[in-house]
Amino acid sequence: MVQERILPTFQADSSTITRQEGLQLYKDMVLGRLFEDKCAEMYYRGKMFGFVHLYNGQEAVSTGVIKAMRPGEDFVCSTYRDHVHALSSGVPAREVMAELFGKSTGCSKGRGGSMHLFSAEHNLLGGFAFVAEGIPIATGAAFQTKYRREVLGDQTADQVTACFIGDGATNNGQFFECLNMAVLWKLPILFVVENNKWAIGMAHQRATSQPEIYRKASVFGMPGFEVDGMDVLAVRTVAQQAVARARAGEGPTLIEALTYRFRGHSLADPDELRSKSEKEEWLTRDPIKKLAAYLSEQDLVGQDELKDIQQQTQSLINEAVQFAQESPEPDPQELRRFIFAEDE
Amino acid sequence: MAEVLLFNALRAAIDEEMAHDDTVFVLGEDVGHYGGSYKVTKGLYEKYGDLRILDTPIAENSFTGMAVGAAMTGLRPIIEGMNMGFLLLAFNQISNNAGMLRYTSGGNFRIPLVIRGPGGVGRQLGAEHSQRLEAYFQAVPGLKIVACSTPYNAKGLLKSAIRDHNPVLFFEHVLLYNLKADLPEEEYLLPLDKAEVVREGKDVTILTYSRMRHHVTQALKPLTEEGYDPEVIDLISLKPLDFDTIGASICKTHRVIIVEECMKTGGIGAELVASINDRYFDELDAPVVRMSSQDIPTPYNGRLENLTIVQPQQIVEAVKEMLALQV
Ligand SMILES: Cc1ncc(C[n+]2csc(CCOP(=O)(O)OP(=O)(O)O)c2C)c(N)n1
Ligand SMILES: [Mg+2]
Repeated sequence: MVQERILPTFQADSSTITRQEGLQLYKDMVLGRLFEDKCAEMYYRGKMFGFVHLYNGQEAVSTGVIKAMRPGEDFVCSTYRDHVHALSSGVPAREVMAELFGKSTGCSKGRGGSMHLFSAEHNLLGGFAFVAEGIPIATGAAFQTKYRREVLGDQTADQVTACFIGDGATNNGQFFECLNMAVLWKLPILFVVENNKWAIGMAHQRATSQPEIYRKASVFGMPGFEVDGMDVLAVRTVAQQAVARARAGEGPTLIEALTYRFRGHSLADPDELRSKSEKEEWLTRDPIKKLAAYLSEQDLVGQDELKDIQQQTQSLINEAVQFAQESPEPDPQELRRFIFAEDE
Repeated sequence: MAEVLLFNALRAAIDEEMAHDDTVFVLGEDVGHYGGSYKVTKGLYEKYGDLRILDTPIAENSFTGMAVGAAMTGLRPIIEGMNMGFLLLAFNQISNNAGMLRYTSGGNFRIPLVIRGPGGVGRQLGAEHSQRLEAYFQAVPGLKIVACSTPYNAKGLLKSAIRDHNPVLFFEHVLLYNLKADLPEEEYLLPLDKAEVVREGKDVTILTYSRMRHHVTQALKPLTEEGYDPEVIDLISLKPLDFDTIGASICKTHRVIIVEECMKTGGIGAELVASINDRYFDELDAPVVRMSSQDIPTPYNGRLENLTIVQPQQIVEAVKEMLALQV
């Protein structure tokens, strides 16, 4: 087995977060985890179809970054592994679940499915099924903020865009092209690489000449950071700094979060390639357990409260399933609706 | 307005729309300081600054995607393809994101975007710089495709394309930039989805677009002198096709000749033939004739290049042949 990269350490102390913040982070991560578990169940029960990519294990990245941003104001751009980014962005679980069920009440009106979640209301730019194609879209949203401020004179235009991508995507030209443009025009954007070591069956170190992705920022003159992607407080701290830089007009940041997916690439993947020892090692770093331990150690939240949160979240997800199940299918009369802007 | 060259008509359209709407901006290779490879944006950088006339790195797929992202979030970008052929590198963003994202998002986002630039077979530019991409893109849902052919329609159509709330692929032709015409002093817009009847006639409907319109009009002189009376339609809108105008003409002439510059296989003409058969088969008195470029990479040699595209004399012969069969 290849030597594991040493995770950078982060010392969280009692002042890192407040009780309220701790609860918010914990709730969001639990929501992500339980939502995905429910998806697996529903997929195997034949309620959702197509390629469904779950996020289990990576929750600290979505929560750590998106909760460091302004909900509904800042922009989030995801990949096909997008359910949890959508949830962290505030898209209601029921709308995401209904979309996965292909229902008209889904956030993409049943037209998108798992890999194409969108919400204009929550500034979720997608849901992109092709590897790396979301990077230019996110770059464009960030350009828009700069344009609004500098050309249209809108002083309130200080929105930041977070662009999530996988390790595999960083070997694509769009990654390098957009890093270049983002620095060139000092765009308010965070490129958040979720390095989970694998691109389906392609091990990261077999696909790239410099496996330490955060170092690739330096050739563009961009700050790059590596962070323990299993530690939500570490991710959040790095993200807060990057968001502050972006908001202050100081330009983009590359964040490489070292993380791991606890399930196969998609629900169709038998996951036979990754070694048992590798999986077991990473399972011991479960980001939700890590946060729970911190919250208890710091006496911020009691065990009972954490249990309550899990139960409440589970009922919320069950309600989401019920909502999805009871929602109508899209009207066949509306097959062609939404092709053009005129068919509102 | 005094005589205006086509590329200046395009610039006037962009200039007027940029003055009219602050969210309109241009991006592409060498559009700013250099003024555009065919000088369509010359002088606009000085007037509007470097964010509104944005010189981009040579990264077609990424700057096209960036324009889509900007359009989704409320701006109205105009992409200049330095040569439309280069947009092959942006095929993914044009198809998946410009074309399909609105539908896939269930109407969450609009993409008001114009992608314009020079295409077509020029003078000995070689295969790669002589491409006609319109046929490649016609199958992408959610795109509108327009081809301009005169200074007058270039200006009116481009203004409408910029105001449209959808992604519009706007084809110009390298050999038409220096066409001249008197343009109206007052502002005008032309509909994106209407074909233009260039000449009314009753014998045969000639469907054409872009530069081939001018090959057809060259063929008109000998034809009319010999008493033929063809109707000539410039399609303008390659997607959707304007079947109101096309159909009315077919119901009058019952004969169709298509003259196009794209390649025969899977071309605009191929789509036209199929759609005409679907809709107007009973109206036809003869099989539709399709005159297209040869299915080859455009050769550099001038003679071979001329043999590759349809020439006026061939159009004359095709009309005569079709009408000789008249029963
Ligand atoms: C352009 C493109 N090529 C190939 C694929 C097939 N594919 C889907 S996911 C994937 C691996 C991507 O890995 P990574 O970027 O590390 O993200 P992860 O799945 O690990 O989250 C591939 C090759 C695709 N969706 N798009
Ligand atoms: Mg990966």
